[in-house]
Amino acid sequence: MSVRRLAKDQPASFAFSAEALEQAQWWMAKFPQGRAQSAVIPLLWLVQKQEGWVPEPALRVVAEMLGMPVIRALEIATFYTMFQLSPVGTVAHVQLCGTTPCMLRGANALKTVLEARVGHRDHPSPDGRLSWEEVECLGACANAPMAAINDYYYEDLTPESLGGLLDDFAAGNAPPPGSSIGRTGCAPEGGPLSLTDLALYDCSRAKAIKLPNAPEKVLAS
Amino acid sequence: MPIAKVNGVDVEFENGMTVLQVAELAGEEIPRFCYHERLSIAGNCRMCLVEVKPGPPKPQASCALPAAEGQEIITNSPMVKKAREGVMEFLLINHPLDCPICDQGGECDLQDQSIGYGRDATRYDENKRAVEEKYMGPLIKTVMTRCIQCTRCVRFITEVAGVSEIGLISRGEDVEITTYLDSAVMSELSANVIDLCPVGALTSKPYAFNARPWELTKTESVDVMDALGSAIRIDARGPAVLRVLPRTNDAVNEEWISDKTRYACDGLSRQRLDRPMIRVKGKLQPASWSEAFALVAARIMAAKLERIGAIAGDLQDAESMKATLDLFRSLGVANLDCRQDGVKLGAGPRESWLFNSTLAGIDEADALMIIGANPRLEAPVLNARIRRRWLSGKLLVGVIGERADLGYDYNYLGAGPDAIGQFVKQGAISKQKPAFLIGQGALGRDDGAAVLKLIGEAAKALGVVREGWNGWNVLHTAAARVGGLDMGFIPGQDGLCARDMTAKGALDVLFLLGVDELDLGKTDAFVVYLGTHGDAGAHRADVILPGADYTEKPGLYVNTEGRVQRGERAVFPKGEAKEDWTILRALSEHLGAKLPYDTLDQLRGKLFADHPTFGQIDFAPGSIPAALDLAKLGAKGKVGDAPFASPIKAFHLTNPIARASVTMAECAALTAGLKHAAE
Repeated sequence: MSVRRLAKDQPASFAFSAEALEQAQWWMAKFPQGRAQSAVIPLLWLVQKQEGWVPEPALRVVAEMLGMPVIRALEIATFYTMFQLSPVGTVAHVQLCGTTPCMLRGANALKTVLEARVGHRDHPSPDGRLSWEEVECLGACANAPMAAINDYYYEDLTPESLGGLLDDFAAGNAPPPGSSIGRTGCAPEGGPLSLTDLALYDCSRAKAIKLPNAPEKVLAS
Repeated sequence: MPIAKVNGVDVEFENGMTVLQVAELAGEEIPRFCYHERLSIAGNCRMCLVEVKPGPPKPQASCALPAAEGQEIITNSPMVKKAREGVMEFLLINHPLDCPICDQGGECDLQDQSIGYGRDATRYDENKRAVEEKYMGPLIKTVMTRCIQCTRCVRFITEVAGVSEIGLISRGEDVEITTYLDSAVMSELSANVIDLCPVGALTSKPYAFNARPWELTKTESVDVMDALGSAIRIDARGPAVLRVLPRTNDAVNEEWISDKTRYACDGLSRQRLDRPMIRVKGKLQPASWSEAFALVAARIMAAKLERIGAIAGDLQDAESMKATLDLFRSLGVANLDCRQDGVKLGAGPRESWLFNSTLAGIDEADALMIIGANPRLEAPVLNARIRRRWLSGKLLVGVIGERADLGYDYNYLGAGPDAIGQFVKQGAISKQKPAFLIGQGALGRDDGAAVLKLIGEAAKALGVVREGWNGWNVLHTAAARVGGLDMGFIPGQDGLCARDMTAKGALDVLFLLGVDELDLGKTDAFVVYLGTHGDAGAHRADVILPGADYTEKPGLYVNTEGRVQRGERAVFPKGEAKEDWTILRALSEHLGAKLPYDTLDQLRGKLFADHPTFGQIDFAPGSIPAALDLAKLGAKGKVGDAPFASPIKAFHLTNPIARASVTMAECAALTAGLKHAAE
């Protein structure tokens, strides 16, 4: 994590789209009278969904909507690293996990791919379509190495599969999320390796057991 | 009351106290950075760790832990010592070792506590972090690398000052204190964060690199920038006042002072009148004291009594006003006034011009009607008190007058006198302790007497004065005003008031005692100015008698509550200037009407004998059951419909000292710029 600052170049103004505004009001209505500022994180998230990042004028708009001092909105926007304070890639923003399990499983090689393909971390590619950053553990260690691209997890990445994903995103597609080697969730690679005996599942190996302290009647039945 | 054991000694405490407070009751010193009695509890510095039984076997942050019956609190065990050393070492990991060039050096909590509770060396040899400087306006200098993130400044600005402009952004190792996009802190109380900052992160910009605390002579005195009479400490080196700091006085200012009180002190050494002057052919020329006295005496003796007048200014001590009053009364002059702003007070009983509930009484009030005042500008420290009461949810505030941002919500009831009328017919309010706060903006108008009568009737109807409670509160703006009114410094039989005295052709000789807020453009009298600064009064004067400002003379000041407080001399008057009363005493001899006192004590003796209230030092009469008949206040007359306006247009420029101050000029320009930008 590095020092988080608002981007230097900021748009002059910000306004919610009609749809986002409706959602914002739905969030605000969830909280009691005078407690609307509890909705600040959802509202900032709506801003980020709309713009891709959280521009400074949006902080003022959100703070005003919620009746809170704008410095409080800034505190929240800078506290949570999920809020992007400067523009990110328009088609894909890659959050590559670099924490120990992913690193051991080859995250560094993925970094090289991203550096070559997108450019320096935290800065969008020259065409502005792609960007990447390194993040702390995203909790999918069983499928390491992994990255969150836009809203979804892409797992079991290799330099090749990540390159393919980037090509796909750059072409304007939305590749299906999940394991790139076809695992279901975090099931073992190449199918199950243990508990494979089918007899385990047909009750053939079942036998009566004696429950300690159980009454005779139950045992008889 | 519950009992806890502190280091083996039983201590009785009140329910709701924290472990830290209980330990202090027992006389144990608990080191702390983030905890402050007047702010909410944050519990983030961890310096106040103590051992508490029963409880988990680890040190506990005592500031945030409620004390309980039968608790055993240990503050001197090896565990506590080690915990403090550990916290101290962590705090110092990122704190620069720049004490020799830090303005906080010598009065730094971190320095003191690291000596008292820290280890002798650090075991940390990684890189220290550095933080970018932040801009917080012309008063607060920042060296943010020194910040230990105690968040006292954030809590003060949010809770006490009520402006929510400072925040703690980012997280973890990267947290930083900042204002939004490096804007200046726009609060009249902003500079108190400098006192609150336990390290050198927020220091005083005008005082930067000026002096070390151990070089300064410290004098406890009273502030004159507003009518509250805040308790201050004047720090001087040689002849120069270098800074003004607040002292704790729970009855008046708690431990805050306004930015004007704190920073107008550079005006004390600028634009000063340091020698007598006489106007010759339209130009002021230096003169000797005897020449000046001779000229003034000749002019006064040549004039008819009804063509002589004297006006007292806003910053005067009671002694100089008393000497002026005695001198001119003994000559038979009736044109006397201490009310430059033309406020229609001074006729009725003393209670009619006092803040009767006392300032501390605001903490009990449950309804407050602010009439023709903007307490945020007229008495920022009082406004913080009102705000605190409002925050507790027990105060209903109404405003008649300017619709200003006061830092709390209020019901806006109207702009002018017509809004008061509706309350006259209304029955008593259902609140227990309702109060009026009457500003000079309501009473300084031409129809002030009629407005006063109207307000008095409304107050009577609402039951503002009742058994055990007097909510009739007049908020003055001038430090000298209540003292002047208390000694009857108002026009005698057929005497002219201040505004009439300055009219064209009204007088032959006009004596101004530090008068700078009056329009002196029309008067064609011979003007004698006794004062400190080259301001409006000196500009018009024909003779200037250089006097002493509030840091240069011992003097009594009566605050808006009627509390008599004693100011002390911190430095000597500039150049040939003298203490005001000695000038008047010398002048009296030239006039052949020698004043009957040779020392300040004799003068005070006469003052106490003539006006016993002055003898009650540090006593606010608000606690006395009121003998105030609200129906008899003011005078009948036509009430205009002009809206009330606060007499303070620019907070930072209300008196000659502040107008001479460079710091205040900067603040005023910033405020005016913002106002302009907003419009």
